[in-house]
Amino acid sequence: MFRERLYRFFIELSNISVFTGSTLKHIFKRPFESKEFVRQLFETGYKSFGLISLTAFIMGLVLTIQTRPVMAEFGAESWVPAMVLIAIVVEIGPVITALLFAGKVGSRIGAELSSMRVTEQIDAMEVSGVYPMRYLVATRVLATTIMLPVLVFYADFMALLGSYLGYTMHNTIGLWLFIREAFDELYFYDLLPATIKTFFFGFFIGLLSCYKGYTTNKGAEGVGLATNMAVILSSLSIFIIDLIAVRITEIIVR
Amino acid sequence: MNKVPIIPLGHAIDIEGVNKSFGENHVLHDINLKLSSDENLVILGRSGTGKSVLIKCIVGLEKYDSGVIYVLGNNIGTMDEFDLNDLRKDIGFLFQGGALYDSMTVEENLLFSLERNARHLARSEMNDLIDDVLESVGLLDAKFMMPVELSGGMKKRAGLARTLVLKPKVILYDEPTTGLDPFTSEGINELILSVKERYKTASIVVTHDMKTAKITADRMIIMERGEILARGSYDDLKRIDNEVIRGFFN
Repeated sequence: MFRERLYRFFIELSNISVFTGSTLKHIFKRPFESKEFVRQLFETGYKSFGLISLTAFIMGLVLTIQTRPVMAEFGAESWVPAMVLIAIVVEIGPVITALLFAGKVGSRIGAELSSMRVTEQIDAMEVSGVYPMRYLVATRVLATTIMLPVLVFYADFMALLGSYLGYTMHNTIGLWLFIREAFDELYFYDLLPATIKTFFFGFFIGLLSCYKGYTTNKGAEGVGLATNMAVILSSLSIFIIDLIAVRITEIIVR
Repeated sequence: MNKVPIIPLGHAIDIEGVNKSFGENHVLHDINLKLSSDENLVILGRSGTGKSVLIKCIVGLEKYDSGVIYVLGNNIGTMDEFDLNDLRKDIGFLFQGGALYDSMTVEENLLFSLERNARHLARSEMNDLIDDVLESVGLLDAKFMMPVELSGGMKKRAGLARTLVLKPKVILYDEPTTGLDPFTSEGINELILSVKERYKTASIVVTHDMKTAKITADRMIIMERGEILARGSYDDLKRIDNEVIRGFFN
């Protein structure tokens, strides 16, 4: 039983590797499907702004409300803006935004592609001399890779506004002074690894969601399963990449 | 798999000793057939006899285990992704459910293939070609409709139009009349004949409907459990004393 599971795991891993290779090949092949790529930027990015705005704002607000009393007890209330910003920029912002993105965009991609697979639309593309890997997969993976870092920056900004609101419930401070205090303790080596890892988050969310959708083969049941697995695998990949990024950053900064 | 066959001139498709399994399930056993460049071949068989798998092997959607398939002189089994893609422009495939892109109108479905495979054409030429093909399948009025608004028969017509717009040399029909009422089926059968006449295509029609087979076939093959059971004209097959074959005629 264990051996069989292990075997299936490695088979799946090798299939994902082949799929990744094919995706990368089609990202760089011409002619590029630019119209579909722009549509995907809109679908994955623009349509996620509402969700990200609300959750990031609440995240910043709640984080500030919960940490302020503890910091005040140690007489370090003025450190709250910087502490919240570092927590958001370095870890919470990228991870929470990526998880939301995996849930919203990953499930959409998984459901869309798996439904196209079971209704033979992907086969129809193939026999019409169109590359579905280029039209459907390369465009989506590239769009998620580009849009997630943009959304994370935006989420960081919204969380900062939420944090300001939480802070001003008990203190009087201007927005610009709050922002200046928050950025006082943020350094380039905090921002760079956090930004780099979001590109990887976006790439793997797009890739794994496309993989589960594109390779489904069990009819209507497969659509549900592919959607489900797209979110699970994408979310799991976020934590694994995050762990690797933290270790690499730690080694480099030391 | 790589033995070199001799392809007689005029053969659009040449299949030699093809086998295909899904795990323990052997779906195709030693299939041999040839399709001339001007004939309609009907493959008749019950559900699950491997007919659809065979035409998917021909177009490269399924990989076969052994044997060789030549389509328009090209060995499908040894072609890379890009060469196969080029060849597919000459092979039309009508899917059982039409397989229309459900986020596009009928016109956009046709334009999608055309824009990517006929870049030398101006947009006005593409529009003329689309109108011409839609008219030939009787769907010009449905040009701006979404697939969800079409009936089963209209979906198949639109699927065929999407294939015809690329001017294929060979068309593979996967159960073209399945799920349609007798009147609509008759319309599709007539369409298959008119397409052959007008576009000078060779075709393979996979079906379990004897009426479709009788109307559209120049030649027929009956498949059973992944093997070719009999081949010949409608009248030849009618004379064979075999329980499975009799089942189709009764």
